[in-house]
Amino acid sequence: MTPASNERTSLWRATRAVVWKDLTAELRSRELLSAMLVFALLVILTFNFALDLDPKTRGSVTSGVLWVTFIFAGTLGLNRSMAVEKDRGCLDGLLLAPMDRSAIYFGKAVANLAFMLIVEAVVLPLYSVLYNVNLFRPGLLLMIALGSVGYVAVGTLLSSMAVQARTRDMLLPILLFPVTLPVLIAAVKGSAGFLSGLPMTDIQPWINLLLVYDVIFIAVAFIVFDYVVEE
Amino acid sequence: MPPKPKMLQVLDIVSILLLAIATLMVFLYAPMERTMGMVQKVFYFHVSANWIGMLAFFVAAVAGGVYLAKGNRFWDVLEVAAVEIGLAFSLIGIITGSIWARPIWNTWWTWDPRLVTVTVMELIYVAYFMLRQGIEDPDRRARYAAVYAIVGFLSVPLTFLSIRLYRSIHPVVITSSSAQLSPKMFQTFMFSLFTFTVLFVDLLWHRVRLGELTERVERLRMKLSE
Amino acid sequence: MTETQAPLIQVTGLVKRFGLKTVLRGVDFTASRGEFVALLGPNGAGKTTFLRILASLSRPNAGEVWVAGHRLPHQAAAVRRGLGVVSHQPLLYGDLTAEENLRFFGRLYDVPALEERIAEMLRLVGLYRRRRDLVRTYSRGMQQRLAIARAILHDPEVLLLDEPYTGLDQDASAMLDEVLQQVASQGRTVVMTSHDLSRIALLASRFDVLARGRIAASVQRSEIADTQLLDFYRSAVAAPAEVRA
Repeated sequence: MTPASNERTSLWRATRAVVWKDLTAELRSRELLSAMLVFALLVILTFNFALDLDPKTRGSVTSGVLWVTFIFAGTLGLNRSMAVEKDRGCLDGLLLAPMDRSAIYFGKAVANLAFMLIVEAVVLPLYSVLYNVNLFRPGLLLMIALGSVGYVAVGTLLSSMAVQARTRDMLLPILLFPVTLPVLIAAVKGSAGFLSGLPMTDIQPWINLLLVYDVIFIAVAFIVFDYVVEE
Repeated sequence: MPPKPKMLQVLDIVSILLLAIATLMVFLYAPMERTMGMVQKVFYFHVSANWIGMLAFFVAAVAGGVYLAKGNRFWDVLEVAAVEIGLAFSLIGIITGSIWARPIWNTWWTWDPRLVTVTVMELIYVAYFMLRQGIEDPDRRARYAAVYAIVGFLSVPLTFLSIRLYRSIHPVVITSSSAQLSPKMFQTFMFSLFTFTVLFVDLLWHRVRLGELTERVERLRMKLSE
Repeated sequence: MTETQAPLIQVTGLVKRFGLKTVLRGVDFTASRGEFVALLGPNGAGKTTFLRILASLSRPNAGEVWVAGHRLPHQAAAVRRGLGVVSHQPLLYGDLTAEENLRFFGRLYDVPALEERIAEMLRLVGLYRRRRDLVRTYSRGMQQRLAIARAILHDPEVLLLDEPYTGLDQDASAMLDEVLQQVASQGRTVVMTSHDLSRIALLASRFDVLARGRIAASVQRSEIADTQLLDFYRSAVAAPAEVRA
């Protein structure tokens, strides 16, 4: 009758299990990804007419349009991904498992990051085709990766709080946007720098800023996540 | 109701006196600035108000950390008190900044890094209160608020840094004046900072006391309804 | 299996407050190996809160809580390994199949020989043939049976059930009875809340009533006739003043 061991399930195994669960469920229903993608396309379409993306202005705003698209779609995904855990009491199911709470945070964060990167992987070539610009530059991809990591790191933490509130769908962007402003600024400016071929010395500060942000907030989220889920 | 502590009464009087002296110093002791004239006087209280804003949010983040570690409700009360005062003083900072900017920079608003950072900070702490309002369970509300007070405060330096970098790459037409302060101006400035800090402690104490009394009333009401 | 004399669940002086409101005010409770305790009580008495504390989902404000030989909340991970929980929510993912749900939770618990164990559990709760169907296509009764499979997947010593019959019709409830009887007969300690006295009377070996923040009364199944049960419950729930009158 006695269980095999009294040890915690290792953080790595538990995190992997959570990621696998989220990806499997999403590949099956495609609810979240399709909503994020359609929304992303609508944002670009809206920008096309709101900003009159003619070839002249396009060069200067491409990076901004892309990032606004990413973070809006990202917010949609973050909200939904946590709502799934909350609504059917699944979060309790996760909390009952003999593992570090951080496994929930890292698992959800990695899955959210995967969803965001998938959306970005679809939006980038599409944007390239629509506006005839080449967006496949390693530097841009680096900025997108670093920016998405920072955004998702804070977003996963804050969405796990927002989901418990009465006003949850409205609350997440209000909580998230002001504290991720450095990510947005650095990502937009860094991406624009790579797109317009600025020298590396001009772009380096933005990369450094994103790295610092990512490290600080992953660490903070790791430390405080226990207090968010534990009653 | 417990009587108002003696120390607090003394602090009230000291704050009022200091504030009066500081005002007199600003208008009578500190010399008139040559180019900016009268409007420069706003500088002393403007910087002091912003200093209290920063200090208050720092106190809130620390209180949040202690609350998470200890779970004692006092720290939650302190945190809310600090955020409220911080919001009020930052707003005073923004408004006095505008009063100064209008004649000097010829505009009510500029995208100056400090101004934008303070504004983003205001938004963070408005969001803080929205988060509190959305959560029913008091313990959970306190935990989430503490987490957000910490995350929000940590993001502020990075926000400032990113906006400053943003401006430095795109050259700014208007640079903030770094006029040298005369000794009398400097003394007035330091005195204002000191005055506002004392005022902050006084207000914080009052607000914490109010928060604790509110909890007492809640508890008594709970007892009655049982 | 070594039989220990110490009770599997031991709670003394448990206090739980929500903000300023005190829900549990000094609960003393023990359950030995193999006991099936029915936890009764009016709505809002704190039954769910009590189970959530036993389940390590909520921290007590005061008092000692020992579950399966480990103290809460300090040794929560060890407690969790020996603990299964079924609540009125199924704690399952609708977009995964029954098999995938069990595989996921099995990984979180590091269950050895997982695939065999999953098949065994699905047979036990009578869902083996539908193991490849998405859980969201399941009826409420099937979901609840799968929830039980999930709760005992890692072979816990203690099983906590919080209103498992919520939303089930007669047939589904009868099937759940069968499954629960089997699960309980395997030597587990079970604590179950329900406000359906007749249903819980079939399964329980002891009845405890939680009222006014304490265990107000407790009686063994063998010491009470079915017909007296309702009176026992009513007098325990009623405020002391009313009893005197």
